[in-house]
Amino acid sequence: MTHLMEALQWVLSAESWAGPGGLGVRTAEHLWYTLLALVLSTAIALPAGLVIGHTGRGRALAVLSTGAARALPTLGIITLAGLAVGIGLKAPMIAFVVLAVPSIIAGAYSGVEAVDRRVVDAARAQGLSPWQVLVTVEVPLGLRLILGGVRLATLQVIATATLAAYVGAGGLGRPLFLGLRNHDYAMMLGASLVVIAVAILVDALFIAALRILRRIPGIH
Amino acid sequence: MVPVSCSSPAPGRLGRPALVSAALLGLAALALSACGAEDPLADGGDDDAGAEGGALVVGSQQYYSNTIIAELYAQRLEAGGHEVDRQFDIGQREVYMPELEAGDIDVFPEYAGNLLQYVDAEAEASDLEEILAGLEQSLPEGISALEPAEATDQDSFVVTAEFAQEHQLRSVGDLANVDEDLRIAANSEFETRPYGPEGLQEVYGVEVTLVPVEDSGGPLTVQALLDGDVQVADIYSADPAIEENGLVMLEDPEDLVLPQNILPLVSDSVGDDAAALIEEVTAELTQEELNGLNAVSVDDQASAADVAADWLAEKGLDEA
Repeated sequence: MTHLMEALQWVLSAESWAGPGGLGVRTAEHLWYTLLALVLSTAIALPAGLVIGHTGRGRALAVLSTGAARALPTLGIITLAGLAVGIGLKAPMIAFVVLAVPSIIAGAYSGVEAVDRRVVDAARAQGLSPWQVLVTVEVPLGLRLILGGVRLATLQVIATATLAAYVGAGGLGRPLFLGLRNHDYAMMLGASLVVIAVAILVDALFIAALRILRRIPGIH
Repeated sequence: MVPVSCSSPAPGRLGRPALVSAALLGLAALALSACGAEDPLADGGDDDAGAEGGALVVGSQQYYSNTIIAELYAQRLEAGGHEVDRQFDIGQREVYMPELEAGDIDVFPEYAGNLLQYVDAEAEASDLEEILAGLEQSLPEGISALEPAEATDQDSFVVTAEFAQEHQLRSVGDLANVDEDLRIAANSEFETRPYGPEGLQEVYGVEVTLVPVEDSGGPLTVQALLDGDVQVADIYSADPAIEENGLVMLEDPEDLVLPQNILPLVSDSVGDDAAALIEEVTAELTQEELNGLNAVSVDDQASAADVAADWLAEKGLDEA
């Protein structure tokens, strides 16, 4: 309990937030890494997931390989990638993308699959092209599941982005590692609390966004 | 209604290649997680035996080189007829020092300078003699330090051979003449250590910026140095990577980094004859020998027990 109080004290002190190495800058870095990782992995995973959901091809492969990919230890990927591309942001970014892609793919194909087949058939009978079926029927109707995958990936990346600091990048991992190495457990726990707070806040934003989307007609 | 064309293929048809690819990914995952050379179960058999029945408990840090030294002590003690219980890979001083004080661990390979700074944070010793004197005073009751070995394993400032040649670097102080920004790869705690940026500035007038790489001078740190991402790296002096990559360890004439000679820490249950056995190991443990032990471990991925057994046999220490 005293550890927790000390950690809270550390988080709440203005000193911890100030300066180029303060929590303010670190949190901004953390969010930036998360955003970058999500843009990259969405660009890769969303089209792939939609195609799998739409055509049904490669589904079993996707299920198994995304499941297996989730078992890859992120620190191991960062180390391997770091040896290949050097220190800095590149190596952790590769690892974050590997982490985020499976959730987004899974969300995307489940979202498309969850759309009532009769609706899809009706759309096709109206003369819609496969592309139009995907964009105007399957994606809007499956949007909640599709975004659910992105939401899950976001949480995972926020929680894991601390590892960027392992190879010389910044983010909230910096105070976490520094606290660990210096046995400054208030700093270490404090940094974790900020990560948790960021994760909860971002998730709340997602929930709010999903609520707004639900009010738009034609979207589920 | 007829099922639409986009239904899933029968699971049986895709099953095999999917399973194969899953198995391959699984193997890759295993390979990634299997960083250490050692079988973690190899020495776990009698971990719970405790200190009963007169067995001497030998502990080690979670650092391969430290475990090799602990294994040297353990096997030497066994050769001398003592029963030994191994409690290896214990994380940090905060964890194992209380165990030593409580008498649950009897023998532990330590590093002189860091140990002193742990037991006496205010200590101002700067050379080995002062460190030993300080330890004499500050070690808790029931624990004592045996004679230190010649070998040390300490943070050291390392540069590439080309960089050293280009700027004519021999000692850390020569870095002050280098006319470019110096970045140093080290763990994040380097920032707060006495030999960190502040100490370098004060003692040698050298200005460095820390690039935190958290693998304790491991492969990522070495790679950052070789890639030119940093100009200096903090690497343990007994790391075989220094020689393998032709790196240059800069001299530290002012003892900015405290000497970290290997020092057996023992409890009162270690009698004179057990202490004598350990000191036989210490006497043989020169810098060259320690570097050699580490190199065998890293290059051959041999277990600590095998590395230690070979070395003791070579020195004639495998028999009473």
